[in-house]
Amino acid sequence: MKALVAVKRVIDYNVKPRLKSDGSGVDLTNVKMSINPFDEIAVEEAIRLKEAGKVSEVVLVSIGSSKSEETIRTGLAMGADRGILVNTGDPAIEPLAVAKILKSIAESEQVGIVIVGKQAIDDDCNQTGQMLSALLDWPQGTFASVVDIQSADKVLVTREIDGGLQTLELDLPAVVTTDLRLNEPRFASLPNIMKAKKKPVSKVSLADLGLPENFIEPRLIVQKTEAPEVRQAGVKVADAAELIDKLRNEAGVL
Amino acid sequence: MATLLIAEHNGQELAPATLSALTAAQQLGSDITILVAGNDAQAAADHAAQCEGVSRVLLAQGDSLAHDLAENLSELIVSHASGFSHIMAPSSSVSKDTMPRVAALLDVGQLSDIIEVVNDSQFKRPIYAGNAIATVTSSDATKIITVRAAAFDKAAASGGSATVESIDAPADAGVSSWVSDELTKSERPELTAAERIVSGGRGVGSSENFALLEALADKLGAAVGASRAAVDSGFVPNDMQVGQTGKIVAPDLYMAFGISGAIQHLAGMKDSKVIVAVNKDEEAPIFQVADYGLVGDLFDVLPELTEKL
Repeated sequence: MKALVAVKRVIDYNVKPRLKSDGSGVDLTNVKMSINPFDEIAVEEAIRLKEAGKVSEVVLVSIGSSKSEETIRTGLAMGADRGILVNTGDPAIEPLAVAKILKSIAESEQVGIVIVGKQAIDDDCNQTGQMLSALLDWPQGTFASVVDIQSADKVLVTREIDGGLQTLELDLPAVVTTDLRLNEPRFASLPNIMKAKKKPVSKVSLADLGLPENFIEPRLIVQKTEAPEVRQAGVKVADAAELIDKLRNEAGVL
Repeated sequence: MATLLIAEHNGQELAPATLSALTAAQQLGSDITILVAGNDAQAAADHAAQCEGVSRVLLAQGDSLAHDLAENLSELIVSHASGFSHIMAPSSSVSKDTMPRVAALLDVGQLSDIIEVVNDSQFKRPIYAGNAIATVTSSDATKIITVRAAAFDKAAASGGSATVESIDAPADAGVSSWVSDELTKSERPELTAAERIVSGGRGVGSSENFALLEALADKLGAAVGASRAAVDSGFVPNDMQVGQTGKIVAPDLYMAFGISGAIQHLAGMKDSKVIVAVNKDEEAPIFQVADYGLVGDLFDVLPELTEKL
């Protein structure tokens, strides 16, 4: 079966975002961008499933500006087979629209499993995989820490839930979203980075997918983006006794 | 305008997070219905009926709802969605699993993890690991919302007298089935509801050393949390993780031991009332958000604190 993995180009997770002074959003000019960390885990999992002989081909898709091709190349260098870039230009696209685009691709590619990250570290939505699963009317295994394809039509997914772990059995095709502990993504070697440049990445537009342009129009309008409240500077204490005294008599929390 | 609030519960009573989400629902000023789903949830529904400001409780009981399978639970919610302008739930692993499904089935967007209700269509939510707060207006007819419990006080679980109305559980979708749960057993308060949290990071060094934190936590009646580094090193299970990808907490007192304070961790705890940091490295970023910082070896400080409290 084919695996489809969605990858998103986001601000690098080590970078502290800077806000634009006019409140219109986060300043992304000259900021290091990378593959969303959860998506990297998704790519790794798909490649491992291929190495285990459970998956025949790993197809990556990214939706956004032409720069998202770099993100696809990152995954190709890790070992994915080919990429699809859905060029929608610069505007941020909401999870519902992304899910609709992915649905169209999952159907035309006839994939057996879709693996996506549990959330993107920019919008922190945690929605796309679930929305895709609903639109396809497939079962979902969210926040996966183990993905075990049992046969051509069953997958066991262990999920990270509040309070511990839960294991579900899903009929394939299914949608899986990755949690941090699913795996440790590999680094791409230099020869593989070179090879990845030659792997095919097809570029498609919404029209190519038979989708109207207006459907990426946002449902949620961001009015403003502001910095969170800054905490007052604290004090350093010398020892445990002073700490207890402060907590008891100054902060009043003991 | 009417709001449907999806309850998180343990069968007996509503989870504290549901009461926080109820406060957010009350701020919308509309009529509130609580939906309680499960396979044995009568007591939780009775509890919901006593909550302040709740006009109706819908109780759905059935085997298809036993393990919160998203396919079945979303089907239930969607089938009762008509007439509601807002469908809300506390942010939890169940609602994160289910609510986006509900949104897609209704062909609307979702507002994840709101921290403030501005008005009935405008909300604030954190983005970029809490480094920015976005004010967002939804143009959808039905607003699907998950509520960050730590950002709202708990509503009173008394003073109400709603009627409980039984509704049918959906048929099992038949595409997914529950196999097993492996839950972490703990006598201590639940992390997201605790008033005090003692948290450890990589600096704690080993699983055994977490006993030092547990001793202090027991003295304080606190929950024990951890950073991702401590979880990845295998010191503690992942459901103890506080941060962008773990639990979001806002206790009265958060004590961080051996935690450097990466932005992903701060995203999960920086709304705590009082933050204490104990770290050997005086340059650690955690000191920038700590109200009280102590530069020192946690292996000296922890036993001393436990003894003197």
